[in-house]
Amino acid sequence: MPTDAVEKVITRNWGKAGSHTLDGYKQNGGYQALKKALGMKPQDVLDEVKKSNLRGRGGAGFPTGAKWGFVPKDSPKPTYLAVNADESEPGTFKDRYILEYDPHMMIEGIAITAYALPRCNVAYIYIRGEFKKQAEICQRALDEAYAAGLLGKKVMGSDFSLDVWLVRGAGAYICGEETALLESLEGKKGWPRLKPPFPAVVGLFGAPTIINNVETLASVPAIVERGAAWYAGLGTEKSGGTRLICLSGAVNRPGVYEISLKTTIRELIFDPELGQGMPDGRSVKAVIPGGSSAPVLSADEIDVALEFEALKNKGTMAGSGGVIVMDDATCMVRSLWRVARFYAEESCGQCTPCREGTPWQTRILRKIEEGRGVKGDVEQLLNVAAAIAPYPPIGLGNTICALGDAAALPTHSFVAKFRAEFDAHIDQKKCPYGDRPWGHFGGGRA
Amino acid sequence: MAEGPFSPEEQQRFDSALAEILTHYPPDRKEAAMMPALRLLQAIKGWLPPEGMALVAQRLGTSKERAYEVATFYVMFHTEKPGKHVIDVCTNLSCSLWGAEKLLQHIERRIGLRAGESNPKFTLRETECLASCGTAPCLQINEEHHESLSPAKVDEILSGLD
Repeated sequence: MPTDAVEKVITRNWGKAGSHTLDGYKQNGGYQALKKALGMKPQDVLDEVKKSNLRGRGGAGFPTGAKWGFVPKDSPKPTYLAVNADESEPGTFKDRYILEYDPHMMIEGIAITAYALPRCNVAYIYIRGEFKKQAEICQRALDEAYAAGLLGKKVMGSDFSLDVWLVRGAGAYICGEETALLESLEGKKGWPRLKPPFPAVVGLFGAPTIINNVETLASVPAIVERGAAWYAGLGTEKSGGTRLICLSGAVNRPGVYEISLKTTIRELIFDPELGQGMPDGRSVKAVIPGGSSAPVLSADEIDVALEFEALKNKGTMAGSGGVIVMDDATCMVRSLWRVARFYAEESCGQCTPCREGTPWQTRILRKIEEGRGVKGDVEQLLNVAAAIAPYPPIGLGNTICALGDAAALPTHSFVAKFRAEFDAHIDQKKCPYGDRPWGHFGGGRA
Repeated sequence: MAEGPFSPEEQQRFDSALAEILTHYPPDRKEAAMMPALRLLQAIKGWLPPEGMALVAQRLGTSKERAYEVATFYVMFHTEKPGKHVIDVCTNLSCSLWGAEKLLQHIERRIGLRAGESNPKFTLRETECLASCGTAPCLQINEEHHESLSPAKVDEILSGLD
């Protein structure tokens, strides 16, 4: 057991029979929190979430209660709730399982959140297009909730009404960016909006809109039911609750783990209850701690807790909880090329530094990886990355949205920490790893 | 709609499904239904033929250019007729660590197409992270997800396709 094993909040029903059905969810105590919330004043629900120190689980880690508080109290316009189920950050696959194993936990969270917000009677769940099975499960759960009077007119017999509509995306990473998501919901291509105004003031259809991640909303019922103090107590001083971590790459047991925010990356990889170590005596070379946008950590930096502030102090970020482990036989140039290629593919094309810079990074990396690199290429790569977004610190991007930062941060950090590998490719005029750039795993699964 | 994209039966299916979808949006925001409308068209025709695009635009009170602007932005929308089976192979970092590049090579050899190419039976594409990194490597065929793959497992899946 990890020394700091915590009570499971989000994953507590996973693996139980029928956990994705209304009956299954109710047997595990489901919709009691909504009942309780409907007996409270909306402002009291909001205050409870504020006090719980719940922070957004989509990537930015913004305090959820504070975000809800930005919606203007008096406005002639309705308020919308948009659920970000566009899980696409490479290395991240937690919301997939919430949608698959316990969609009602999210739906109950949606209903409580909409109740807590002023004038909110419509929510849209924006689910990534590739989640076909998850969309079907989620739609069935919504239908069950409507039929049971948990959604629709007069929720649980109260005066509160709520419609929840499911909208499927169609394959665009950028639509996970909250304002691009709103554009897509409005039937447009996913081009992010310049902020301010922030969506809480001017969002969907020009009306105040709160955008929350699936895991964030799934955390809300437990907070209402068991209280802010309990939830805050599970976490650290500045962030409450547990956290879902997606572990992938060179580990024996990849998967989603609900952990305490005190768990370190080393514990996550090697604990017998978690990652169970690395295969065949391999050792860690590098770890990306929060989805592929997060600056990479080297092997000597992994005794750090998977928590917002601790990772920030290491110059990286907790992000979306995607932890990708690279072993000592992995080529870092090829790894970065794979990452860079993604951002080039997914750049929406709106801002010049990102549109031109992301494919440029990819071309330079491919050239180096294929043994065609020359002196000066690494400097040029860094120049291109700096033109998209300088680093450190995080957040200085020259683009409308954070995709620019996301594309530049891996480049800055890979080169800073593994410069010798880039130079070795150029000096030897080939990839030193030959045709096995992925170490142990080059051959795929047995 | 004598020159429309649909048979009478398809037309009815399109109209009734679109009418339901439009109830999800404010009455003055019909255009917001573009994503589900395009998905509906593709579900019926297998792709987005030009006369279908014109119909979607007309029903949503917008221009055909606007509909194409949206359709061409998203990789899951096909504005050109794809092969019968669209194979999307993830080669992002977590999948590559588990052999995705070799898996893609294996598929390329087996079906005789390079990533990015099409024939009447297959469209093969290298795609981006499918949020299945814990069960890498993975791919999707016509939106059906397959995970924890090996070349042998892929062979089995491919031989099941007509």
